[in-house]
Amino acid sequence: MNFELSEEARMIRESVRKFAEEEIRPLAHDLDKKEEFSVELTKKMGELGLFGIFIPEKYGGVGLGYIEYIIAVEEIARIDGSQAATLAAHNSLGVGPLYYYGNDLQKEKYIPSLCTGENLWGFGLTEPDAGSDAGGTRTTAILCPEDENSWIINGSKIFITNASSPITLGSTVQTVTGKKAGGKKEYTCFLVDTGTEGFETRTMHDKMMWRGSNTAELFFDDVKVSDNNLLGERGDGFHIMLDTLDRGRLSIAAMGLGAAQGAFDLALKYARERIQFNKPISTFQGTAFKLSDMAVEIEAARNLLYKAAWLCDNGKDFKKESAMAKLYTSEVAHRCVNNAVQIHGGYGLMKEYEVERLYRDQRVLEIGEGTSEIQRLVIARYLGCYDDAKMK
Amino acid sequence: MNVFVLIKQVPDTEAMLSVRNGTSINEESIKWIISPYDEYALEEALKLKEKDADVVVNALTLGPVRAEGALRSALAMGADNGIHIECNEDLDIETRARMLAETIKKESDTGLVFIGKQAIDDDSNQTHILVAEYLDMPITTNIISFKLEGDKVTCEREIEDGDIETVEMNTPCVVTASKVLNTPRYASLMGIMKAKKIELTKITLSDLGNISTEKKTFTKRLFAPPEKAPGRLLEGEPEEMVKELVKILKDEVKVL
Repeated sequence: MNFELSEEARMIRESVRKFAEEEIRPLAHDLDKKEEFSVELTKKMGELGLFGIFIPEKYGGVGLGYIEYIIAVEEIARIDGSQAATLAAHNSLGVGPLYYYGNDLQKEKYIPSLCTGENLWGFGLTEPDAGSDAGGTRTTAILCPEDENSWIINGSKIFITNASSPITLGSTVQTVTGKKAGGKKEYTCFLVDTGTEGFETRTMHDKMMWRGSNTAELFFDDVKVSDNNLLGERGDGFHIMLDTLDRGRLSIAAMGLGAAQGAFDLALKYARERIQFNKPISTFQGTAFKLSDMAVEIEAARNLLYKAAWLCDNGKDFKKESAMAKLYTSEVAHRCVNNAVQIHGGYGLMKEYEVERLYRDQRVLEIGEGTSEIQRLVIARYLGCYDDAKMK
Repeated sequence: MNVFVLIKQVPDTEAMLSVRNGTSINEESIKWIISPYDEYALEEALKLKEKDADVVVNALTLGPVRAEGALRSALAMGADNGIHIECNEDLDIETRARMLAETIKKESDTGLVFIGKQAIDDDSNQTHILVAEYLDMPITTNIISFKLEGDKVTCEREIEDGDIETVEMNTPCVVTASKVLNTPRYASLMGIMKAKKIELTKITLSDLGNISTEKKTFTKRLFAPPEKAPGRLLEGEPEEMVKELVKILKDEVKVL
């Protein structure tokens, strides 16, 4: 067994950490306060090479693996959940499906400008009535009666990251295109460009978390798209969704790990500086034990996540581990931000202190891209909990 | 045109340093970085390369095996070549400067040598001047702006009372970078990947001809500055406090 990261992975961590501390940290508070998405910061992340990390160089990517991607997301999330959300959603949900399922024409058309940070791409899956239960999807696409090479999309999507920013090029949209032989819904994914007639996006406001990232509602009113906009084949939608989420979980897990590490770093620094009863509070067991527990859980979370990423990079089955990593890191992050605020005392409740933002930003990690409950369900399936019931 | 950037690997500014054996620092678990002023020097060289495709940026370091890390970082930022004079011995600065100068002399068509105004570990402020001397090149230290037109270098440097002095030199020459010169770029992921493919040039003392390594300077003792005594807070009415303060300044501190 070898736990040593490659020299490139270590250099990437160093460079991304420096970038996050010097470029993102000074702006994070203001962007959060104003609920503002920063095009400039997104472009800077693009220049650093953070978009398209696992995309081959021929499409403008960096040609690295998931472990390097995970480390980059972790380092950004250590400082700011919002920018990490832009980064993780764009790579895993925006560029990812285009690269894995797009045909050559689609890849050449879309991927290059998505790798530089000039443009973003969304992934429209969740609907007002279809959250954990994707079976509730109501957005439909039907073949155009007067033009057999075109489709008409109707419906809406909600909570879609990066889908209405000023630099969004379009979104991948999951639709129902009919019924399969067994009576199950047939799902198909379409690429819908910004500005297509009948396609509207609305930025969602008043969020508790990720306030510096872009979240949108999408509306489709007789949106006509051609066959060329099909991602994969008709009926591939369900598989594309599952596969995208399996990989996406790794990056949400990286956000949990980064948030946990960020909260721990702030808490340790504060605890060593804060004097009460004439001593740094880090010397009191009540505080010291909290910090010890946080450090242990972060170490365990990192090992679980890196192993899942390693499995993915080495072409092995990683689905169970990615669900485990997503579940565990987001819950470790929950405990770490909670402890970190407790250690900060009253100051931890003030927006002037970074830990307050980390506390709010953490909450979505147990909900987005599959709630903790859904992760447990996925893991239980892999454990075989439901196999006997299926046989009957 | 060849451009050299002298890079020194130093402990991270946030590293917790401790003394070992009374004359050196404990290197265990220290994070090593490029000395920040050398990063400004490198950035200025890279800017030159962006303007002129004929410029080849050579990052040069002298140090033990771990100093390779500093060269990799320089390559990841955009340097074309990395040259490592591998040396584990604690040599005099004068000897090191000779070794650096001799290495630079091996290349022809060298127009500029960029160096940080000082290294942040020993702050000795000698290497750059000695290197310039051994290369027989003019030097301008502590520059805050840099311009190259043909073979004329114009740079500004900060002098006493915040005044600014403008200096002109002809290439080949040496300049040393201060903090306000520029903002160093981040090593991009593409840069890190590119750096991986570049092979470092390794040089040892024996490749550099007859350089005497006889030591003329020795570290007698290395010690952490004594901890400051905690501040004292005077209490009471303003009149009493002033009286007390005057008394302290007269009798204890003896400045009045």
